[in-house]
Formats: sequence, C-alpha cells, structure tokens
Amino acid sequence: MRNTFRQVFHSPRFVTGFVIFIFLLVTLIVYPLVSPGDPLEMIGLGSFFKPGTYISVLDAAGTPAQTLKLPDAADKRLSSMLSESDRVSMLRWLTAVGVPESEIDLQDTSSLLKLWRENYDAKARPKGMTMSDRRFYQRLDEQLESAGSAEALTLMRQDEAGENQEVGRVSGTDYVNVKDVANVRTLPLGTDNFGRDTLKELVSAMGTSIRIGLIAGSIATCIGLLLGLLSGYLGGFVDDLIMFFMNIFTVIPSFVILILITYSIGQAYRGADTVAIVIGLTSWVWTGRSVRSQVISLRNRDHVNLSRLSGHSLMRIILTDILPYIASYVVMAFILQISSGILAEAQLSLLGLGPRTTEVPTLGLMMNWAMLYSAHINGAWWAYFPVILVITLITFSLNLMNTGLDQVFNPTLRD
Amino acid sequence: MNKSEGFVPAERGEHALPCLSGRGVTRVFGTGAKATVAVDHVDFDFHEGEFVSIVGESGSGKTTLSKMLLGLLSVTEGEISFQGKPRDISTRRRRREYWQGIQAIFQDPYSSFNTFHKIDAVLLDCIAMRGGRHLPMEKKREMMAEACGFVNLKFEELTNKYPFELSGGQMQRLMIARIFLLRPRILLADEPTSMIDACSRSTILDMLLNLRNETGMTIIFITHDIGLAYYTSDSVYIMEHGRFVESGSAHDVILHPKAEYTRRLISDVPKIYEPWDLSTV
Repeated sequence: MRNTFRQVFHSPRFVTGFVIFIFLLVTLIVYPLVSPGDPLEMIGLGSFFKPGTYISVLDAAGTPAQTLKLPDAADKRLSSMLSESDRVSMLRWLTAVGVPESEIDLQDTSSLLKLWRENYDAKARPKGMTMSDRRFYQRLDEQLESAGSAEALTLMRQDEAGENQEVGRVSGTDYVNVKDVANVRTLPLGTDNFGRDTLKELVSAMGTSIRIGLIAGSIATCIGLLLGLLSGYLGGFVDDLIMFFMNIFTVIPSFVILILITYSIGQAYRGADTVAIVIGLTSWVWTGRSVRSQVISLRNRDHVNLSRLSGHSLMRIILTDILPYIASYVVMAFILQISSGILAEAQLSLLGLGPRTTEVPTLGLMMNWAMLYSAHINGAWWAYFPVILVITLITFSLNLMNTGLDQVFNPTLRD
Repeated sequence: MNKSEGFVPAERGEHALPCLSGRGVTRVFGTGAKATVAVDHVDFDFHEGEFVSIVGESGSGKTTLSKMLLGLLSVTEGEISFQGKPRDISTRRRRREYWQGIQAIFQDPYSSFNTFHKIDAVLLDCIAMRGGRHLPMEKKREMMAEACGFVNLKFEELTNKYPFELSGGQMQRLMIARIFLLRPRILLADEPTSMIDACSRSTILDMLLNLRNETGMTIIFITHDIGLAYYTSDSVYIMEHGRFVESGSAHDVILHPKAEYTRRLISDVPKIYEPWDLSTV
C-alpha cells in the first residue's frame, strides 16, 4: 500500500494535477479569510467596473496633501483627458491645414499638442469644414487651454443656509499617499454586471462548484458501484433487470434527462445541492457499466470461487474479494465523475437551468450572468475569462490526476 | 444429445458405498442455436478413500464438471448424490454444510489467493470454518504451524506475509495446508500441478497422496496428463467432448486401453528413451 502511494506521488502527471488542485483548494480556504464578506454583496452601482484600485475621491480630497513637482505631470494629465476620438479629430484638422500625416503621432501627446498649438488658428477655414466643425474645434481648443493652465480646484461645502463656503484648494502639484486615504478598495478582477466583486464571487463559486462536483460524483459513483457490483456478481435475472435500466439511461442522452428534471423541479426549489443530486442521479450509468464488466471478469477468478467454498456471504465476498480489486478503478471513475459533475453544472447554468440565482454563485451561473449582460460584447473579459480559466484548471487537474493514477495502476500504459 | 451409450461405471468391490455419484449429469451453456454442451450425460461413482483421476484434453469439459461437483455451477440436467443422498445446495446453510464435505485446489496458485489478505487470514478462516473461531490464539497458531509443517513450510517464515511474496510451488503447498486444516471428505484438485515446475509437481502429488493416506479422503484429480494419472490414481475416467469414454482401474485403463481416444492420449505422452510420434499430437 505504501509502495503504491509512493508510485502515485512519483507520477509527474498526478503530482502536477495534485499541485494545481491543492492550489485551488488553498485559495478557496485562504482568500475568504484575507477578504471576508458576502460574495454576492452589490458594492458597485453600475456594471462591469474595470479591474484596479478604487480610491474614495472625498477621502482623497480630505487627506492632507504633500507637494510633488513632477516634470511630466501636466502632460500626463492632458493625455488622460484627451480621448481617442479627440486625437482623431485633431489629426483631421492638422491634415486639413497641410501637416503631412507621417509627422503626426497620435499616441505621443506632447508632440501632438505642440503641432496643435503651432497649427491651430480659430479664424482659419480649412477646406471641407462646416461651421459646426469649426465650433467643435474651438471648444476642443478651449478645453485644452484650460486643462493646461489649470492651477487649482476650489473645494466648496454647502452650509445649512445654502451658501457655498470654500473649505480648501487642490493644486496640480498636490499628492496624497494611497496609504493615508481612508477608503481604498482594490478589485483585482473588477466587478460583474450587478456591481459585485468578481474575484470574491469567483472564489466562492469555485467552492460551490467543487461541492456540486463532489456531491454529484459521490452519488453517481455510489449508485454505479452498487448496481455494477450486484449486476456483475449476481448475473441472471438481477443482471438483466439492471442492464434494462442501464440501457434505457444509455439510449436517452443523460443531458436531456438532466434538463427535463431540473426544469420540472422549478426555479424556486433549485438549490446548488438539488442540482448536484440531479446531476448525480443521471450520470451513474457509465460507472455502472464499467464496474459491471470488471466484476464479471473477477467473478470467475479462483480466489472468489475459493471464498464461496469457504461459505462466505455474498456481502463479504463483494466487499473483501471483489471491491479491493476494483478500488483503484473506482477511485479513477470518481475523479472523472467530479470533473464531469462540475462541467454538467456549468452547462446547465449556462442554459439558465442552474441553481436559483439569489443564494450562491457557481461557475456556471457566473458565465450565465456574463453572457446575459453581454460581457463579451462590452469587452468586460474579467467577468467570464477567469471563470473559464478556473473551470479549465479544475477539470484539467482532476484529469491529470486520473491519468497519473491510471499509469500507476495500469502498468501497460506507462511510457 | 444422447446419453453416454454403453458406459457403466466400473465396479469397485472393496468400496461398497460411493460418497459422490452422478447420473446423467449435463451442463449446457447458452440457449438455442448457440447452445454448447460442455458436459453430456455423464455417470460416475467416486468411492470413499479413492484417488480418482479425470483425464481429458483442454475443452473436454473437465473443469465444468468439477465446478458442478463443487456446486459453483448449476447442473442443467441429471442428479448428483453426496454420501448416498441426493445433493441439496438450495440454501446458504445447506451449501455451507456441503462445502464442509467437499473442497478444492485450483489450477493457478497465483489467482487462488486474495492478494489483499495475509496468509494468516487464509488459514484462520479455515479454522473458523471448522468451528474453531473461539479457540485461543495459541491453539490456532499451533494448528496453523501443524498444517504448514504437513506441507514442509515453516509457519514462522510465512506469518504476516502476503501470498504474492511466495513462489508458485509454496502457494500451492499452502493450498494443501488449507485442505489439511479443513479436512473435507472429498478433495477436488483441478490440475493443481499444471502451472508448477516438475520438481514441485512431484512434491505436491506426494503431499496429496499423503493426505489421502492419513485422512482417508477421496481425491478427485483432474488432469490432462495421463502419465500423472497412472502414477497416482486408483481409478481413471477418460473424458472426451463432455463424455466419459472409458473408466476403470488405472492399471486396466492405461495398460489395456479399449477406447481409441485413450490410446491416443497415451501415445501423446513424451517418452525419453524412444522416438516420439508427433503425428497424433
């Protein structure tokens, strides 16, 4: 037994899969300790906030400032104010007044501004420009001038009488240390469509999905094992009866049964565990069939015959003379069932037949939400890509472990 | 499917009562067009204390017959009597009783043991089956050591070992030790020497003969090797295509064979000092 364990942990595939899976499990346990709170709390008003650090503007204004004179501060400020469409508009003016296009670099803000200041003339009437175009350029130029020359902002507070009172001034060289600001929140994966912290939700969803996989896998393996053992060992009428049910389940695609059952349960009663149980109840056939064929090949072995001759009971023969021989196989089937359970939940949820949406996030539900709110069209990759990555990592690690075990228990597969 | 014609079990004057006998015993696998008759209406009488050999080539139905005799395979047609009464193995209790009277050694020692159980567990199981479940551990160890001693194995060297740590010959001897502890009335040895080297083979045959001489148990020895059958047996049954074609005392059947098939089996035995006629093989 110890030797087998040593072999298992010397298989590079198993170890790789095991390390990935343990990493996911550790994240699952540690992250909620580091960042506690309800994963479904809607913190953002609005959807799909970009990943990054969010600093309270009010707190930043109230925090005592230090003066830093950074040479490129003004340019940076301007470049962050100049949108992509403004830059394209500037290019249009500049080419219209005869600047060669090859000299203009849209991304280099300082050279673009320099060209602008040299060539813009409010009174000029370049060919092809309408009155409204010229007005637009006047406004753009005023904006640029004011931004470049903005020295300070005045902070006002409205008192009880409705009068504005000046409470402070913010100049272009005022800086606050992020550590001094009272409210800073880092959202490594931004927010989702409901304004929820995506990373926190993702970790919680990973936990729920692994739980669904474990429940579904356990149920499927238990049913498959029990029916496979009985059908294979007893044979005869019992075998025919069990095979009849297995054939029915094989002929009708289990995913269709799964959809019909989950639909008929109804949204109100569909918790994560219910979905897991339904997945387990529809996916045992594969395990049952393979266990049955293994048992049939074992049933006529001499040690089983000898056990029968020793007068051992059916239970004892199955538990001590057959089960240990197929245990490694069952463990591998169990691992595969976990990963297929997780995938089945994701598929169901993507169709909108997953667990009801108010209680727990699951990986499938997160994909469903991202799809319903067109995250892929809005460019909000953080709402769906990490979910896909986590599903892939879980199933990849489980399958790697399975292949590793297969190599150890089935020496003909070793390379 | 005809009853074996003209075949009557040989008379055994000194053993009046057969301890295991069969009339018209038949086993058919499959149904309809795919039906295969593995054992076809065989009659036999095995007597108390006799060493009987059933000889035939592969596929002649020897193993199927042995499984039916052990009650591991149901009989399609015919009747088997045990100690003068029709055999009843309908309930688990009756089967347990029957298996106290008849036990087996199988062909492949490597697959005869549950590799997850230690050797002690195998032997302790036998003691429990003989009603010694509540004996003190000391007594049990003594019995196990005696059984191992009978087959020239040292119990101290075997205790706490797994079967796969032994050689094929040692495993098969351990199987005989198991029989020594169980003391059944009938032992069915299904080609117990065919997977073992020639040296261990004679040791094992000697042990089987010793077992018969000491305990008076009936040994049904199933083999494809007619030479071995002659060396060990009191009487011989020759089996071809599921039927007994000839039976009688080992001396009569092998030295004065009547059936063509028996003559062929005898001519197929390699002889060291004579040219071997391979035309019939």
